[in-house]
Amino acid sequence: MLAVQDLTKQFGGFVAVNRVSFAVEEGEILGLIGPNGSGKSTVFNVVAGTLPLTAGSVRFEGKEIGGLPPDQVCHRGIARTFQIPRPFKRLSLLENVAVSAFYGQNRDISRSRAWEQAEEALALVKLPTEATATVDALGAAGLKKLELARALATQPKLVLADESLGGLDEAEMEQAADMLQDIRRQKGITIIWVEHIMGVLMRVVDRVIVLDHGEKIAEGLPRAVAEDPRVIEVYLGRQGTAAAAAADAARPS
Amino acid sequence: MTGRRLQYAGLAVLVALPFVGVPEYYMHILVLILIWGFVYTAWAIMGRFGLVSLGHGAFLGIGAYTVALAWNLLGLTPWLGIPLGVGLAVLVAVVIGYPCFRFRVVGHYFALVTLALGEVVRLTIVALRDHTGGSLGLTPNRYGEGTSLYALQFADKEVFYVIALLLWLAGIWIWRRVDASMARFAMDALSEDEDAAASVGVHVTAQKLRITMLSAALTALGGGVYAQYLLYVNPGTVSGIGVSLQIVFAAIAGGMFTALGPTVGAMITIVLAETLRIAIGTEVIGLDTTIYGVMLILFIIFLPKGVLGGLIELYERRTAGGAGAMAGKREVGGGA
Ligand SMILES: Nc1ncnc2c1ncn2[C@@H]1O[C@H](COP(=O)(O)OP(=O)(O)OP(=O)(O)O)[C@@H](O)[C@H]1O
Ligand SMILES: [Mg+2]
Repeated sequence: MLAVQDLTKQFGGFVAVNRVSFAVEEGEILGLIGPNGSGKSTVFNVVAGTLPLTAGSVRFEGKEIGGLPPDQVCHRGIARTFQIPRPFKRLSLLENVAVSAFYGQNRDISRSRAWEQAEEALALVKLPTEATATVDALGAAGLKKLELARALATQPKLVLADESLGGLDEAEMEQAADMLQDIRRQKGITIIWVEHIMGVLMRVVDRVIVLDHGEKIAEGLPRAVAEDPRVIEVYLGRQGTAAAAAADAARPS
Repeated sequence: MTGRRLQYAGLAVLVALPFVGVPEYYMHILVLILIWGFVYTAWAIMGRFGLVSLGHGAFLGIGAYTVALAWNLLGLTPWLGIPLGVGLAVLVAVVIGYPCFRFRVVGHYFALVTLALGEVVRLTIVALRDHTGGSLGLTPNRYGEGTSLYALQFADKEVFYVIALLLWLAGIWIWRRVDASMARFAMDALSEDEDAAASVGVHVTAQKLRITMLSAALTALGGGVYAQYLLYVNPGTVSGIGVSLQIVFAAIAGGMFTALGPTVGAMITIVLAETLRIAIGTEVIGLDTTIYGVMLILFIIFLPKGVLGGLIELYERRTAGGAGAMAGKREVGGGA
């Protein structure tokens, strides 16, 4: 479905993503992990067109989309969330999502249909659908849900979910994981899920790729990746406990 | 709904005014308020989305001078001269707006670009003094007895009052259309965060360009009608920094987030200008601009929603107090 080849992104002289290649199959949940600053969000920014790519190719459903502007990438069927939520505070909750529904698809839809789809997307992430609900009533977890609802309202085929966020407790992260699983099951949407800690993610994803310093260092089934010596090394240096937890989570109980 | 009834009552009064024998001077003030109210509304159509143009005098000047020059030099009827001016203004808006929006010239930088544009148009008018009369201004040639539909010249102020009223009503109607459109939400969204808006499919450049073109077109239309009404145009009064700031001040003072806000701004500025003129005369040139500048700062700090916006908010807070709807929501937000 999505094939990324030798993707490279430089900021000035700094190489944030270095010749990363990977593919996503339709219907899959692919985990994209790596320590802080390893380039995960940058991969998303480049694939989604938010940032221009330096080199490499991005093919979606057989067509090159590398370098397309973000609105066109969205119209092709790829939606993304932002790691740090970026709600439109001037708009109500429903209006936030309605903008996505109305503008996010590659075809004109009626306004009434857009409002319906906005409500559906909000219901899918279990946020209030009333017209009076406001954004500033949301906490950290709610804002992450809003990001997801906005992405879903564009009726995407692929969602790039940048979920790596401090501030969510264990239960909230479990909830988020279940939600992504539900979304795939109900809507058949393919998902790339970014996290920096492996714990919860490993339970849900089909496959994992691991980035470190902008390079892909491992790829495979969650369990195999969690036991990969290079991955353990990367995580032991900074987050040994997380790696151990991830290995536990990936082990069949 | 009482609001609707109030609107119809207000409209009836406005329509009836020319028939009840309002003194000429007040008729003149009313026409000015309607035309300027229309121009300020045109500015607010884009200004409310953070597209703060400090150069709308450019579009006003293009509208006013095109119609006057087309009439005097080519003998072109204002019925064609005004659309020509509108077209030119839209063209200029695209030429300036497209690169700005494409390359993300936003906020202060956008304001500076537009500020320069307003001055460029004024200086161009002055430089072309052989045709435009330079800073002395330009008087469209009188046609026959002074009243002609073909020349869009009317000796009676009442006729112009009706024209200005229709113009103003059209402006309010368009403002409301924009306000009720999906594009309004897209514009509100991108005015806060262009990346986030683009990521959900909003074509940021196109949206901004469209609203700018609309605003420029309406402003030039206002300029054309203004020229026809006064039958005198002057680079200082229809283009350049002075009038550009006056537009910004009036729209912000009245309230750029409500349909009638800019019109309230027109009432404030015109009454203020007339009072100043009568009180101190015209010798202190630039005093009104200075006062606008100072008041603009005060408004932005203390009453960002403008007079009308502030009043509406106050009213809503009063009436919502009983139901507790707004207050309740605020508290939830604060607690989260
Ligand atoms: N717009 C930018 N300009 C310059 N450098 C950037 C920019 N965005 C990211 N970087 C740098 O690129 C590197 C990768 O950042 P990125 O945000 O992709 O990491 P990440 O894997 O998402 O980290 P985290 O887990 O903390 O979210 C970092 O060193 C970061 O400082
Ligand atoms: Mg990140």
